[in-house]
Amino acid sequence: QKVSVEVLDHLEHLALVDFRDAEGVERLQKAIQFADQLHEVNTDGVEPMDSVLEDRCLYLREDDVTEGNCTKELLENAREKVEEYFVAPPGNIPLPKLEERETFLQGS
Amino acid sequence: AALNGGLRSQVSAALKEGRVAPTELCQRCLALIKSTNFLNAYITVAEETALKQAEESEERYRRGQPLGILDGIPIAVKDNFNTAGIETTCASNMLKGYISPYNATVVQKLLDQGAVLLGKTNLDEFAMGSGSTDGVFGPVRNPWSYSKQYKEKSVPKSHSEDEESNWVITGGSSGGSAAAVSSFTCFAALGSDTGGSTRNPAAHCGVVGLKPTYGLISRHGLIPLVNSMDVPGILTRCVDDAAVLLGSLAGHDPKDSTTIQDDFKPFELPNLTDVSKLSIGIPKEYHAPGLSSEILALWSKAADLFKKAGAKVVEVSLPHTRYSIVCYHVLCTAEVASNMARFDGLEYGHRSDMKDSTESMYAATRREGFNDVVRGRILSGNYFLLKQNYEKYFVKAQKVRRLIANDFVKVFRSGVDILLTPTTLSDAAPYTEFIQEDNRTRSAQDDILTQAANMAGLPAINVPTALSERGLPVGLQFIGRSFQEKQLLTVAKWFEKQVQFPMIQLEEVKRHDSDVFHHQKSASFS
Repeated sequence: QKVSVEVLDHLEHLALVDFRDAEGVERLQKAIQFADQLHEVNTDGVEPMDSVLEDRCLYLREDDVTEGNCTKELLENAREKVEEYFVAPPGNIPLPKLEERETFLQGS
Repeated sequence: AALNGGLRSQVSAALKEGRVAPTELCQRCLALIKSTNFLNAYITVAEETALKQAEESEERYRRGQPLGILDGIPIAVKDNFNTAGIETTCASNMLKGYISPYNATVVQKLLDQGAVLLGKTNLDEFAMGSGSTDGVFGPVRNPWSYSKQYKEKSVPKSHSEDEESNWVITGGSSGGSAAAVSSFTCFAALGSDTGGSTRNPAAHCGVVGLKPTYGLISRHGLIPLVNSMDVPGILTRCVDDAAVLLGSLAGHDPKDSTTIQDDFKPFELPNLTDVSKLSIGIPKEYHAPGLSSEILALWSKAADLFKKAGAKVVEVSLPHTRYSIVCYHVLCTAEVASNMARFDGLEYGHRSDMKDSTESMYAATRREGFNDVVRGRILSGNYFLLKQNYEKYFVKAQKVRRLIANDFVKVFRSGVDILLTPTTLSDAAPYTEFIQEDNRTRSAQDDILTQAANMAGLPAINVPTALSERGLPVGLQFIGRSFQEKQLLTVAKWFEKQVQFPMIQLEEVKRHDSDVFHHQKSASFS
């Protein structure tokens, strides 16, 4: 059961990472095949486990400000900035549709 | 002082008594790093800051006020831990040039105790891999490739073949740290362990590799792979040293809410002489397909060793073992898909020149910054997290995780104190052979014996046991109960004493420190 081009395209949108070539797609197919082995296990009545520390109370501290004021340090690692802002290209512009994008999937 | 001395018993004493100075130790390690450059164990060597730290340590010793055992001790840190003012790359183009603004908690703790940070060690990109071969700075070479023990056993296939093509991998993903400790360029190193990434290279490089219980040591500042399984790992040359490092790192951290709040008391390991009250479990499922007959024999011999010494040795069953690697595959890729989302080029790291839109900039940045392995896992993870797949794969895997964790609970409840298993399926493979298979296949094969401990959050340790027929290290693994590191390490130390694992005989080290070969141990266990 192969993954459809629609799903592959959807994944590229969600992950913002591309399959690049046939090998990339094949890699996903193999990964799914591998994961399918999970269905051999009977998990009736078994609760999913989020954390091995589920029996303990998570540590919560008081809602007091204990650190901060490090704008300068945090901005140092950004490539594009203006005053105290990180600068991003315009948003609200969706990625081009499959037919218009330069992606390996176009050929599929 | 010999570079191979135990921290508590020898090095610390030597420093206190002035027989060796911290600056001298630091300089020798730095020189050795330079002469073992071909190992590619280090990505960044922080020479200036290390020497400064060593000088400050020396001043403290002069005043008779050292901060503790770790004062003046040169250490190395895997390059996925944030280190203030020092580049942290995770061996990825995504973070090349990234200078951390802060220290990971474990790094801060080491520095607060006067340790000297020599540099950042090499790894698989973003800690994804089991060979330390898939980082952008190239693969790490196992120091044992250049050992007398390995060279004696290797038969060149032709006249033209030399050690250049014969070298073996370190295992991974903390290969740089393991190689650094193994080649004497530092006294201890930090690694990380999500599926075996500290224990696997420890086994291949003949060093002690400790994976602590999940929740014992802070992950704050460790660039996350799988938040529910990651732990900082400790690599040292002997079990006592691992206990020293553990003592300085463990404990609640308010900055990591997944660290438990129980009081942690650092401990010294007793010299166990009577093992008659011990119950050792041998999980039969760890006789995995592909386990080399050599390692099987060693494992069996180790079990006999405990038996002869009076311990109770029983075969036990962990029935879901063979699903742990599949379970890991799903949970790991899912958490990776989430964790890697932060790399978008806006606040730090690589940023593409693409300017058309935010999304296209993100996509281009990630296309340029991540290697195939990372991208593959992100895509797989997103697949398993799709609405139509969530129950079928992600939740299913979480249920299987509980079954795996319960297997261990049942066994420990039945009276078993410690489990004894192999750490790897075989000794280290030659690089040329290792790269024949892709990363995912290799990881699936190599993590099989180490992964379940991460699934269940249990502490586990690799103890170097003997040399293989090829002259390479083989280790065995002990798995303990949650937060029972003292018992785990006590047993590991007893075992270490019994097997007397031989010291690596390296030309480079010989040239630098003739003391090193003063106490040669012969292999008594193989």
